[in-house]
Amino acid sequence: MKFINYLESIMGIGIFPLISLILFFTFFTVLLIYVFRADKQHIRALKNIPLGENDPSNTQKNSHEK
Amino acid sequence: MEIEKFSYDNRIVKQFAFATIIWGLVGMTVGLLAAIQLVYPIFNFETSYLTFGRIRPLHTNAVIFAFVGNGIFMGVYYSLQRLCKARMFSDRLSQIHFWGWQLIIVAAALTLPLGLTTGKEYAELEWPIDIAITLIWVVFGWNMFGTILRRRERHLYVAIWFYIATFVTVAVLHIVNSFELPVSFLKSYSWYAGVQDALVQWWYGHNAVAFFLTTPYLGLMYYFIPKVANRPVYSYRLSIIHFWALIFLYIWAGPHHLLYTSLPDWAQSLGVVFSVMLIAPSWGGMINGLLTLRGAWDKVREDVVLKFLVVAVTAYGMATFEGPMLSLKNVNAIGHFTDWIVAHVHVGALGWNGFLTFGILYWLIPKIFGTELWSKKLASWHFWLGTLGILFYAIPMYWAGFMQSLMWKEFTEEGLLKYPNFLETVVQIRPMYIARSLGGALYLIGAVIMGYNLYKTVRAGVFIANEPAEAAPLVKIHKKHGNEHWHRWIERKPVQMMIASLVVILIGGIIEMVPTFLVKSNVPTISHVKPYTPLELQGRDIYVREGCYTCHSQMVRPFRSETARYGDYSKAGEFVYDHPFQWGSKRTGPDLHRLGGKYPDSWHYNHMLDPGSMSPGSIMPSYPWLLDDDLDTASTSSKISAMITLGVPYPKGFEKQANKALMQQADSIAARLKKDGIETPSNKEIIALIAYLQRLGTDIKAGSAAKK
Repeated sequence: MKFINYLESIMGIGIFPLISLILFFTFFTVLLIYVFRADKQHIRALKNIPLGENDPSNTQKNSHEK
Repeated sequence: MEIEKFSYDNRIVKQFAFATIIWGLVGMTVGLLAAIQLVYPIFNFETSYLTFGRIRPLHTNAVIFAFVGNGIFMGVYYSLQRLCKARMFSDRLSQIHFWGWQLIIVAAALTLPLGLTTGKEYAELEWPIDIAITLIWVVFGWNMFGTILRRRERHLYVAIWFYIATFVTVAVLHIVNSFELPVSFLKSYSWYAGVQDALVQWWYGHNAVAFFLTTPYLGLMYYFIPKVANRPVYSYRLSIIHFWALIFLYIWAGPHHLLYTSLPDWAQSLGVVFSVMLIAPSWGGMINGLLTLRGAWDKVREDVVLKFLVVAVTAYGMATFEGPMLSLKNVNAIGHFTDWIVAHVHVGALGWNGFLTFGILYWLIPKIFGTELWSKKLASWHFWLGTLGILFYAIPMYWAGFMQSLMWKEFTEEGLLKYPNFLETVVQIRPMYIARSLGGALYLIGAVIMGYNLYKTVRAGVFIANEPAEAAPLVKIHKKHGNEHWHRWIERKPVQMMIASLVVILIGGIIEMVPTFLVKSNVPTISHVKPYTPLELQGRDIYVREGCYTCHSQMVRPFRSETARYGDYSKAGEFVYDHPFQWGSKRTGPDLHRLGGKYPDSWHYNHMLDPGSMSPGSIMPSYPWLLDDDLDTASTSSKISAMITLGVPYPKGFEKQANKALMQQADSIAARLKKDGIETPSNKEIIALIAYLQRLGTDIKAGSAAKK
């Protein structure tokens, strides 16, 4: 199989990496902001999922919380 | 709200648990054999099926895909049902998954000793098995997503995210790296060549470590450590960051396996930068696991399960600190191709994967058999034997790695190599290989004790095939939450989670690989590098079949110590017809890229028959069957056709005359051997192998001779 050098023919390809950088920088910044501002109750409910798995009252609490 | 009654399927968990124990013992035993072979070559038994070059791939495949693979599925099938408060989507799919995976393992265990291999590390299985893996993996994903969609718990716990990322990334890795052109039922050529093949292979190889040995086990860590310690994970916020950062960064790090090789510089640097960054999420994860036990360290002293888990997470931390260090170019210059790397991967495999699996087994087997562990004392013995085994394995290997590297690089005052004979550096580290075998044996004895202990536990208990459970069904939320956060939305949606993970991992892969494939200047062409002759091509396939790459590299790095020892450093353009590439990753023996023309044909003939006769003290196995077996010339035509399809510029219609050219070259080699007093028919496999070895790295020399 021969590979043709497609990339060389794309106009303005230099901007692509820059766009990806900005996208991912934004993604992680927003993620960090979300994580640190997330509701304490919500986080507590999430981290207890493995522990209360057979306790019906726990399920109810979790599903009503939203 | 009505509570639904249902049951968890423990049968499939039990099946995978037994499989991981049995294959684990097999894989470790084969590993021990490989270790002993490196000390006493006599244990290669002079039979093709059991030589190191075939045993080593069997060991790695058995441990990665059979031991850890079944361990993953055991843990996922147990935890997923409980985290989703739902039985597995389909018992039939579970069974297809289980038996399909075991069949694949059996197929691997048969084909690898037979020398049926693609020659790409950790992806050695031939194309029909590759297709089977793809199908079974889809069954696993289908079953997993079906379960997630039928869950009774609205939010997906972080462990499930890791499972989803594992599923999607392993699928991508396996498919991209397995592009190969079948030549016959059990032989294929990699679609990629040389530098490109290397880049794809190590993007795969590194991420097989990331997404087969790491992310699923992190998922298990996030479920089983809180479960065993009976306390929630230390920081759920940290686990969210851990997840996204880890899957984003890992996928970029592959090129750190190719530092100082012919890979374009920019790709090497990219690999280094992302590898160094990886330490942050990796240690975030480790700290999260260990701090989950804060305030419960008294339990660790008494509970053998927790002991295993703590050592596992600690080993993970050590290996993920070492990884970024090894990917710094100056450190890599010392560690690469040496036993340091072997030590590094075994800290991960024995410590992280092994101990986590053992810990989970000791906790889970008594649970699903409704009993207590038969003997805590034996489990404790296992723990200490295993820990000692890891130390006895790793420390000598670190020592050997440093020693060998220093000897390779040492010059005398006159500016000559102090150890010009590679073998000297091998003989020196033999005691370390003995100690390593001892470490491996200790570890294996521990695992055997575990097998006995769990067998006794199983006999004492009564299996709970269907564990009753109850939970309220999920109520549909009709009201739209306008102000709901986007990440909460992802947390509830498995498909969105999968797509987001896919996007995150694809970015790194694409940015690394596409330019290497598409921009011409990344692989400069060298006009006098010509395709292999038919005989050399056949010889190369024998080289691949015998797994020579497991001990010999074909990559002279641009260091004075290497050019002085081997010759001119390797250029990217020299490998353009190499389907697959054979750069190797470990130098138990010397580099072979400039081997061509270094010794007479008769030297190779005698050396393959009995390496010790040419290099006294050599630990290389002997290959007597190459002298007896006839070369399979029936395949020549289809092999040349396949190469033409892959873009190798043989003249038109060459496949029809290929065997004629092959016999001519073979006859001339046989004639040269005869001059040196060796009588052999020209249709033997050894002739083809000699042709290939004598061709290695000579094209460049031909070019410089022409210039003069």
